[in-house]
Amino acid sequence: MELLLSLTIGVLVATSTYLMLDRNVLRFLFGLVLLSNAVNLVIFAAGRLTAGAPPLIDAGEYAPTGVVANALPQALVLTAIVIGFGLLAFTLALVYRTFMTLGTVNSDEMRIAEPRDGRDEDTGRLGLGRANPDKPATGQEAGI
Amino acid sequence: MSWLLVYPILIPLFTAVLAYLFRNSPAGRWISVVGTLALLLASVMLMSEVLDQGVVAGQMSNWDAPFGITLAADLLGAVMVVITAITGLATVIYTLAEIPERLEKLGFHALLQTLLMGVCGSFLTGDLFNLYVWFEVMLISSFGLLVLGGTREQLDGGIKYVLLNLVSTIMFLAGIGLLYGMTGTLNMADLHLAVRQVENQGLLTTVAVMFMVAFGVKAALFPLFFWLPASYHTPPVAVSAIFAGLLTKVGVYALIRMFTLIFDQDVGFTHTLLLWLAVVTMVTGVLGAAAMNDFRRILSFHIISQIGYMVLGLALYTPLGLVGAVFYLVHHIIVKANLFFVAGVAKRIAGSTDLSRIGGLYAHAPVLAFLFLIPAFSLAGFPPLSGFWAKYVVVKAALDLEMWFVAGVSLAVGLLTIFSMTKIWGAAFWPSHPDGIKPRLSDIPTGERMALMLPIVALAALTCIIGLFPEPFVQFAERSAQQLLDPTEYVTTVLGVQP
Repeated sequence: MELLLSLTIGVLVATSTYLMLDRNVLRFLFGLVLLSNAVNLVIFAAGRLTAGAPPLIDAGEYAPTGVVANALPQALVLTAIVIGFGLLAFTLALVYRTFMTLGTVNSDEMRIAEPRDGRDEDTGRLGLGRANPDKPATGQEAGI
Repeated sequence: MSWLLVYPILIPLFTAVLAYLFRNSPAGRWISVVGTLALLLASVMLMSEVLDQGVVAGQMSNWDAPFGITLAADLLGAVMVVITAITGLATVIYTLAEIPERLEKLGFHALLQTLLMGVCGSFLTGDLFNLYVWFEVMLISSFGLLVLGGTREQLDGGIKYVLLNLVSTIMFLAGIGLLYGMTGTLNMADLHLAVRQVENQGLLTTVAVMFMVAFGVKAALFPLFFWLPASYHTPPVAVSAIFAGLLTKVGVYALIRMFTLIFDQDVGFTHTLLLWLAVVTMVTGVLGAAAMNDFRRILSFHIISQIGYMVLGLALYTPLGLVGAVFYLVHHIIVKANLFFVAGVAKRIAGSTDLSRIGGLYAHAPVLAFLFLIPAFSLAGFPPLSGFWAKYVVVKAALDLEMWFVAGVSLAVGLLTIFSMTKIWGAAFWPSHPDGIKPRLSDIPTGERMALMLPIVALAALTCIIGLFPEPFVQFAERSAQQLLDPTEYVTTVLGVQP
């Protein structure tokens, strides 16, 4: 069980790193989602894995008898999932709004807050084309 | 338990709710002002309590530590809450003139108050997982504030700010998970004792570096600072000011807390790493500032370089070094917020923050020019302003350890800071305006002028007071540094037993 869990965490982290190296902000976001799930699993594993031993107290007892799962990491994971979900919803909305406004999801093209002082004419980059306020975004270029 | 610990969190929460309910009427902004005044009062009361009785700790719902949720304030935490309230009040007053009604109707003041709540919570919590939760409260409010209004620049900067900060959050969470797995506790005071019993000290150092990365992103340490100059100049000036003043400092505070209270077992590795990161941060930040040509972007890069000094104070890990870090932290929040306020007024009357497109501020607004010089000289470290004493203590601490190179670099960075400040002076204040505009303060309506200038004057006065009478402030920083280096009092107060 531990081996399976650690392999899963490893694969998730590797995949998310690959996705987060992409210039496409949407893929970066998906990578972030995978990474946060990997971290949730890390916390879960940190509470020791005890299959089939829920932290329940027998009737008439004041403390659980025998080895039981640690309940705290599960509460932590639950909190982390909720917070992560809220942040994800916000970020998705932000990426969508940014795409509609700037017409690109390529992080290299997002230079409005940090202009290149007009030196960006001949960089020879491959990309989706520069952010153009006059050209309405269609969604196809970004793969949305 | 002391209710004083809870007020700095509850007051902004109630203010946020009320301000949101009244967001469509002018009452909303006055609720925000009154709420922040109450916060200032509560934080000063907490401060006097801490000065009287030493560390104050409280267990929520009477669940004893380490099982319950702990709030604790030592001198550092208390002074940070006070300075948060001061900056918050200055910002709220400034927003009266600066934030358009459109943003207020979107809930601007509610977001500002939740931001203050998150910051105060981070300073007062005594539990690692709660620190994470308060960071999230702070982060989501800052996301909202940053992109509220949705201009192209804001969205562009916002994307980078949001994504990079989320990475640091996830890193922080992973560190918490691993630390819990090793020690079985998340209460900071309990962790102070528990980390000493961990057998695998190498793994503990690894986790320490994960925390360093997580807080390094928040504090904008080299090489993790790229979100900061990309985003801090895009929102309204008042938002920039409170971000610049407070948010990165929460990262520095967390670094100081973690690397004095919990991760002090492998000082040779972690603090040396911090030392060199701090030095490189100072240099890259100030070089970035020297290369920029926009008022607010220069100031954004300055934040990075100044963060270097604070982390340097922590990394030296001597009593004097920590005195420097604490003193620098307090001085910097005041000065930095003030500089952004000045930049905002300059933009208002001269029309831009691009240095090549403004001018004439000295000829037509001499008061503003004078008020710019105070924080600017303080930031650069001119005696007798607050920045001089802050830099002096940090450099002295480095010299005491015979780290000539580090001390030399920090002095050289001071020189370069002056250079970039003269650049602002030489482009925005000295020459006449390229478009022939006469930027006069009297062009702003009287009420708005009061709201804009009051925070600037007050913060400049505070800078001068700290600079002219540094003695009590240094003594305070010394006591605070003692508490940090010897956390016995903190640990016994929180856990309620003699370890």
